[in-house]
Amino acid sequence: MLQKRLLLGDEAVALGALHAGLSGVYAYPGTPSTEITEYIQQDPLARERGVRSRWCTNEKTAMEAALGMSYAGKRALVCMKHVGMNVCADAFVNAAVTGVKGGLVVVAADDPSMHSSQNEQDSRFYGQFALVPILEPSDQQECYDMMSDAFRLSEEVRLPVLLRLVTRLSHSRAAVAAGTPQPENPLAPDGERTRWVLLPGNAKRQYAALVERQPDLLRRSENSRHNRLTTGRGLGVIACGIAYNYVREVLPEGVSLLKVSQYPLPAAQIRTLADVSDRILVVEDGQPFVEERVKALLGADYPVSGRLDGSLPRTGELNPDNVAAAFGLPGAELRPKALNLAPRPPQLCQGCGHRDVYAALNRVLPDYPDARVFGDIGCYTLGALPPFTAIDTCVDMGASITMAKGAADAGVHPAVAVIGDSTFTHSGMTSLLDAVNDKAAITVILSDNLTTAMTGGQDSAGTHKYEAICLALGVEREHLHVVVPLPKNMEEITRIIREELEYKGVSVIIPQRECMQTLARKQRQKKAQ
Amino acid sequence: MKTDIKLAGVGGQGILSIATVLGEAATAAGLQLKQAEVHGMSQRGGDVQSDLRLSTEAIFSDQIPLGEADLILSMEPMEALRYLPWLAPDGAVVTASKPFVNIPNYPDEAALLAELDQLPKVTRMDIDAVAKDLAVPRSANMVLLGMAAHHIGILSPDELRGAIRTVFARKGAQVVEDNLKAFDAGYEGIQ
Repeated sequence: MLQKRLLLGDEAVALGALHAGLSGVYAYPGTPSTEITEYIQQDPLARERGVRSRWCTNEKTAMEAALGMSYAGKRALVCMKHVGMNVCADAFVNAAVTGVKGGLVVVAADDPSMHSSQNEQDSRFYGQFALVPILEPSDQQECYDMMSDAFRLSEEVRLPVLLRLVTRLSHSRAAVAAGTPQPENPLAPDGERTRWVLLPGNAKRQYAALVERQPDLLRRSENSRHNRLTTGRGLGVIACGIAYNYVREVLPEGVSLLKVSQYPLPAAQIRTLADVSDRILVVEDGQPFVEERVKALLGADYPVSGRLDGSLPRTGELNPDNVAAAFGLPGAELRPKALNLAPRPPQLCQGCGHRDVYAALNRVLPDYPDARVFGDIGCYTLGALPPFTAIDTCVDMGASITMAKGAADAGVHPAVAVIGDSTFTHSGMTSLLDAVNDKAAITVILSDNLTTAMTGGQDSAGTHKYEAICLALGVEREHLHVVVPLPKNMEEITRIIREELEYKGVSVIIPQRECMQTLARKQRQKKAQ
Repeated sequence: MKTDIKLAGVGGQGILSIATVLGEAATAAGLQLKQAEVHGMSQRGGDVQSDLRLSTEAIFSDQIPLGEADLILSMEPMEALRYLPWLAPDGAVVTASKPFVNIPNYPDEAALLAELDQLPKVTRMDIDAVAKDLAVPRSANMVLLGMAAHHIGILSPDELRGAIRTVFARKGAQVVEDNLKAFDAGYEGIQ
């Protein structure tokens, strides 16, 4: 009998990958994808086999290392949140041109409704852009089952395979039946240089071959056990990935239903669905990726509805309520919202060093009414909210330093960047080098809490190396300061900030104190021993 | 048969331990289960919630539809009110009564509790005080689960006690006993 375990979607992906003979996972933490790598890091089988699982510096280094492992013949997994796809896009798209040897599966966890993100981009566009197969599980069991299919598919078609998750699947738990672990692939590095050296002459052949492989990918989608059509009368429904669950939750009798969990889109199945239906409703989480393609496939005269015509909301995640409304089903009579209710936004922990950083900035900056503070991605983004209201921008990983530099180039002064330690090594070091080379008049606050805190306290790639990194990038010794962000040091910190705001070059101030959460966790572990 | 539970609280209050016990009990009883959690930034002092669905039949949606929650189980009274649109017409609210005030615009406590008390099926208790009186201050969430046991038709109190034993076993016999004591106080406190 199969053993059943209660697993998050993320954990089911991790276990499925391990049981498929995974040799290495490469990832940078990002909600809602983090638990995949964390599961592998603590799994006994992974430890016994020595499956490589340390955190990477960013998603691009992760993707490239995984491609190297695949080149060597072994199965590799890359995990990230959706915006990580932007960071690794160069490697991802070109890995489709070289192709792979050992199975290479890329997991992108999308965050419709932006529970912990700055956009709700749909990673399926990246899969199609790179011309690779996409798998999109609808439940936790499929998360597990699809991993062995994904690795096999990757090796059969010699391409990376993209597996797309969404928050509600990544972070929802259900019982999963697991099979038996398969052995890892043997070491067998590829010898075909013409595939792997993407000089134009080789790249043209490789790209032509990638395009020629598309009919095979389509045929596999048409015959995939993950794409299933059940026919009825009247309305035809296309339900993609997790949308299938919401459709099944509220499904009216008699409609035809095509479950789509493998791409490229099974065009023949969609035509069959169109033939037996009088109109089609596309239900998909994220952007109207399938809806646009179905419209193109069936022509302007065939009625297709979904997110584009307002049958479903254009933005935000699906839920059983908006899917029921798309079917025209009457909603339950609801209780009104409570009267005595206030929003409770997240906030920086009591005692957190970032608090002292913003307290210091807020003491100094009122004397500089033209000052702008360029923020970044991490817990410290919460400095945008009261009581601090201390940052003016937050865009993407590493943008604080480079935006401060650009604004300083334009004449903004003082231009202050606030960036966390893990974000700095992820994408801020090259920004700092640009600033140094231009002798930009910026003050960088590298707020170091010795961890990747926002995602739950994972190792940070540059811990104990930040001074050395800044010096090596050319920051002048006399304009590099390490301070301990505590209320008792406020005089010293504010004095240093004032001095460096006056300096017309690059200054870096590193407030350094361990995250309260990781500190408390270490103390608990110590006590338990 | 199904029981849909909306778990609510403030980040760090321990709603996920309640979910773990319920999940263990449901698994041991051979029930179907889905539990959607909130991770990430929203944990830091902000509102947190988890949808827990238990059923004898297959469960599709990870999220509970509006108006279908059989129970709102909350570690904080205002957080209980946040999810009223999800509460079924005959649904119950079981909540801690003591406000956790970490925002400047927290509503008037008396008005808030009065609004709660207007609901048809509501049980509230100062679970922190109960847990403190029992000298098990870290088990307030199990007091709440004990209170809720009257409304979780799909699982018996004994099945929940069994799950407490399993979940806390690795922390030692004393922790198991503390949590059972808290659970029983919550259960008996509202009979």
